[in-house]
Amino acid sequence: MSDYVLETRDLVKHFPLTRGILFKKQIGAVRAVDGVNLQLRRGETLGIVGESGCGKSTLARMLVGLENPTSGDLFVQGRNMAKVGGADRRRGRRNIQLVMQDPYTSLNPRMTVGDIVGEPFEVHPDVVPRNKRRARVQELLELVGLNPEHINRYPHQFSGGQRQRIGIARALALNPEIILCDEPVSALDVSIQAQVINLLEKLQNELGLSYVFIAHDLSVVRHIADRVAVMYLGKIVEIGTEDEIYENPTHPYTQALLSAVPVPDPKLRGLRDQIVLTGDVPSPANPPSGCRFRTRCWKAQDICAEKEPLLVPQAKSPHPSACHFAEVRDVVHAVD
Amino acid sequence: MSTDVNVKMDAIPGLDPNAMPLQVKDLHVEFRTRNGIAHAVNGVSFDLRAGETRAILGESGCGKSVTAQAIMGILDSPPGFVTGGQILYRGVDLLKLPESQRRKVRANKIAMIFQDALSALNPVFTVGFQLGELFRKHRGMSRRDAKARSIELLDLVKIPAARQRVNEYPHQFSGGMRQRVMIAMALALDPEILIADEPTTALDVTVQAQIMALLAELQRERNMGLVLITHDMGVVADVADRISVMYAGRVIEEAPVEDIYASPAHPYTKGLLESIPRLDLKGQELSAIKGLPPALTNIPKGCAFNPRCRYAQDVCRQDPSPPLYQVSPVRTAACHFWKEVKGDE
Repeated sequence: MSDYVLETRDLVKHFPLTRGILFKKQIGAVRAVDGVNLQLRRGETLGIVGESGCGKSTLARMLVGLENPTSGDLFVQGRNMAKVGGADRRRGRRNIQLVMQDPYTSLNPRMTVGDIVGEPFEVHPDVVPRNKRRARVQELLELVGLNPEHINRYPHQFSGGQRQRIGIARALALNPEIILCDEPVSALDVSIQAQVINLLEKLQNELGLSYVFIAHDLSVVRHIADRVAVMYLGKIVEIGTEDEIYENPTHPYTQALLSAVPVPDPKLRGLRDQIVLTGDVPSPANPPSGCRFRTRCWKAQDICAEKEPLLVPQAKSPHPSACHFAEVRDVVHAVD
Repeated sequence: MSTDVNVKMDAIPGLDPNAMPLQVKDLHVEFRTRNGIAHAVNGVSFDLRAGETRAILGESGCGKSVTAQAIMGILDSPPGFVTGGQILYRGVDLLKLPESQRRKVRANKIAMIFQDALSALNPVFTVGFQLGELFRKHRGMSRRDAKARSIELLDLVKIPAARQRVNEYPHQFSGGMRQRVMIAMALALDPEILIADEPTTALDVTVQAQIMALLAELQRERNMGLVLITHDMGVVADVADRISVMYAGRVIEEAPVEDIYASPAHPYTKGLLESIPRLDLKGQELSAIKGLPPALTNIPKGCAFNPRCRYAQDVCRQDPSPPLYQVSPVRTAACHFWKEVKGDE
């Protein structure tokens, strides 16, 4: 048994592109996730950041088993979910649950809160005996800061923040060890975001949960994560502790991403190192050769097109970074 | 750049070229719905000088977008009604102008960028046609000339290969490129005032940085006044000169950007600033504002923020709501206890 509650090895997801109606022929593939290695320790929060289209949501769907990997291995508490099927797989899934992004569409409007939070027990009937389920649902509602008496209400009677709490209660129903949060606060207002983030942190302390926290808001990820992985076009380009990534980023993409995030302090205006990238993210159906970031990178040389940089510690980079020319550059604070 | 075509703006009586470009005075807007009257805007005032960036900051439902729609005259009516106040463009009250004259102001003098570019653009017409429409309708240009101008505009907002892309449809553009098209459209007739309603909310951070840099550059070149409507405290800190913070349809604090971030004088502003995690600091527990924003059909008596406020006393729970106190010569705050709020850092 390894120390990791969750581990992926070379996880790949390609979506085939086909032509023809009757005789379908594969003409290519969208390489949404292309060889991802991650480890999650017990009680840890791993943040995954990246822009839209970088594959972070596809990765999330594979981690919880909503999508089958094209190749690679996925270990949940030592059990290889990519290989097992049937009852084993179902038992494994119990340990990793998902909190979804949009609390308005991820709750069935025709079900009461009690039915929504209790639905996992229908799939896994041995977790809580039938006659104790209602009490358990009320316990869960109380745990996430909702009034247990509201068990018979419908989702539309709750605000956005409260609905996200319902989503969290549902994810907690089966006593999972790992919670995967896919943009859990991006649909919420600023003042409500903080409430939900604080709740997630409180639950982690009380229940010893491990989180995979996927978000595009780098400030939120810094606040909650212990380690951070940065994704670009289906690959992890840099991974390290929160401190390493934010204080000493070494991959040019991480640096550009961080420098683009506005800091709420007018005193820093014009004093930070600003990197404005040109162009858009290339299509994952036809990614650039070698380093995938080279088309937008100001450091790119011939070697970047020929040889793909590996995600390993580089000469001037103490933590793994997939760049031939990795170098520390502070883009978060004021320079001079 | 559009000085070649003469616009007969002088036709509007009372227009004073030396007056403030935009002044909103005590604006009231309500929505008459089946579930009662929603008081979306309850006495909003602010002004905008040429070349200045005014941020209007607030959460969803605080009335910031409705204020923008009222200024543009594109409020859905019914159910929305402007029930009081003035919107002065260079001394002329737009609310009193007949629609025919208001149309001359819209897009010519005051233009707007919308949040969601995909739904703001018409999917069945090419980008070039939609851009050219402005020149054809407002300037009476021919199709050919209008298209030439559209290509110039796409170049201006740095869309590569503008000559080809002008014939493409909105769905063929990426999110950032679509927002550039929106900016091009807003700038087409060289307006004095640009209202940007959450221009980068739907975009990724690197694209957001590109768009904000582009807006700042164009604003500087043209000495345009910018009203930036947003909920993002980071973007505001980066670009704004003055801020109006809105809550439940009122401006509750108004100040230069440095003052508000250094020492907020309203508990809501203070709460917002304390509740956001920061990129450059590893924070402690975030101090969230408890509770929820009020329903606009049922705004609390007295100060609208009092049920969520840690400073609230009996006086806050009674009508009238707190007036805007003069905190310093250049800033105001609508809190009876602004001294305590500002003092206890």
